[in-house]
Amino acid sequence: MGEIYRGFLQAIHLIVTGDQQLMTITSLSLRVTGIALLFSTLVGVPLGSFMGLRRFFGRTVVIAFLYTGMGFPPVVVGLFVYLMLSRVGPMGFLGWLFTPKAMIVSQVIISFPLVAGFTMAAVMSVDPNLRQQVLALGATEWQATVAILKEARIGVIVSIIAGFGSIISEVGSVMLVGGNIKDSTRVLTTAIVLETRKGDFDLAIALGIVVLVLVFLANVFMLRLQGRTFND
Amino acid sequence: MTESAYQIKNLMKAYEGRVVLHIDNLDIRRGEVFAVVGPSGSGKSTLLRLLNFLEPPTSGTIQFGEFVTNGMGTAPLRIRRKITTVFQRPVLLGTTVYGNVAYGLQIRGEGKDRERIDAALDRVGLAHLSLQRAKTLSGGEAQRVALARAIVVEPEVLLLDEPTANLDPYNVGLIEQITRELNEEKGTTIGLVTHNVFQAKRLADRIGLFLDGHVIEVAQTDAFFGHPTDPRAKAFVEGDLIY
Repeated sequence: MGEIYRGFLQAIHLIVTGDQQLMTITSLSLRVTGIALLFSTLVGVPLGSFMGLRRFFGRTVVIAFLYTGMGFPPVVVGLFVYLMLSRVGPMGFLGWLFTPKAMIVSQVIISFPLVAGFTMAAVMSVDPNLRQQVLALGATEWQATVAILKEARIGVIVSIIAGFGSIISEVGSVMLVGGNIKDSTRVLTTAIVLETRKGDFDLAIALGIVVLVLVFLANVFMLRLQGRTFND
Repeated sequence: MTESAYQIKNLMKAYEGRVVLHIDNLDIRRGEVFAVVGPSGSGKSTLLRLLNFLEPPTSGTIQFGEFVTNGMGTAPLRIRRKITTVFQRPVLLGTTVYGNVAYGLQIRGEGKDRERIDAALDRVGLAHLSLQRAKTLSGGEAQRVALARAIVVEPEVLLLDEPTANLDPYNVGLIEQITRELNEEKGTTIGLVTHNVFQAKRLADRIGLFLDGHVIEVAQTDAFFGHPTDPRAKAFVEGDLIY
């Protein structure tokens, strides 16, 4: 028990003093997750909006794929990306395996269905009569679509935060495709695994605290947004 | 001769092959309050959607000024923007009362014309709530915001689809008063769909009774209630028409 307590104090010390290794790992984690989330948002929000607004042949199948994607085990995604990017894989020529690029690819695959799926749900939760009512006030089809998306905006932001939460704390796929290489592909979660195995609990706990704080902040933000929705 | 706001000829609207509205001939006069009464499923709300050009008729024509529907899509935007509708259950935007009333002007590129917005809010008695979130309002207040956002753009035609259903007497009275004022002061043509025959009697210049998608009787309000010609209209007025 004493060791855990000492480890916790040391971890706080590392965080407060801005330990170089801790900062490098945190910075890479945020960079990889940030870029992956950007891609997921750029594709997922328009796709989710489209799925929520339009009815077309095969929509149910696309939604089924999207929902399946929302439940993808990260390690399976990692395996898939690994096979694609390995030297014998179809995209091996890119030379991305064991680089942050491969980690970004796998994180996009994990977070994109969440962003698209939750965006779709947010758009679909807008009162379906809104479109007709703004059209009846003289809106164009495009202005009506914008009005619906504006109504769904908080749900869309929540979808992005959910995507962030899913990849910042994910370990299976980044370990597989990144390889946990020091100063290159070592991120918060993979470093925690390594430091724990090494018995370096100070750094492992410090890294754990950083992950928890990041996820906590994302959730606080999400709850505040949801609170606003309920108050509305 | 009174000028027509709408001239409807051989109008038919069907959904998936089921005819819900069939009107041989109907004129709605410019500047009048025309009430449409009838039981649920008689095609009243469908008629309002067609009059607002939110959907095209399956066949037949609606003439509005110089514009005549051709069965291909809805009317041009400049025509649609002369008409607004207030629905039975208003869906307000997730912004302030002021933002909701400003919406119609914003989408017309007329910016936030403060004077007109304030005047519309004054008219519906909600100026003091302009900064309140619209979704926190009571049912009656929400309906008054819906009315304000429909009249702020000064439409030629205001369509009201059961605007006072489920409202308390105070709000019913207020909305009826505003409707009457708009019609008298600005000459706005009003198309009112209501279940409430007494409301139709209080507000309308002429009344049309609809049953099963057909026009049964159209008459001046006094004549509609005093000397209905169709036996079904007579039964409706006397409260004997069960639906």
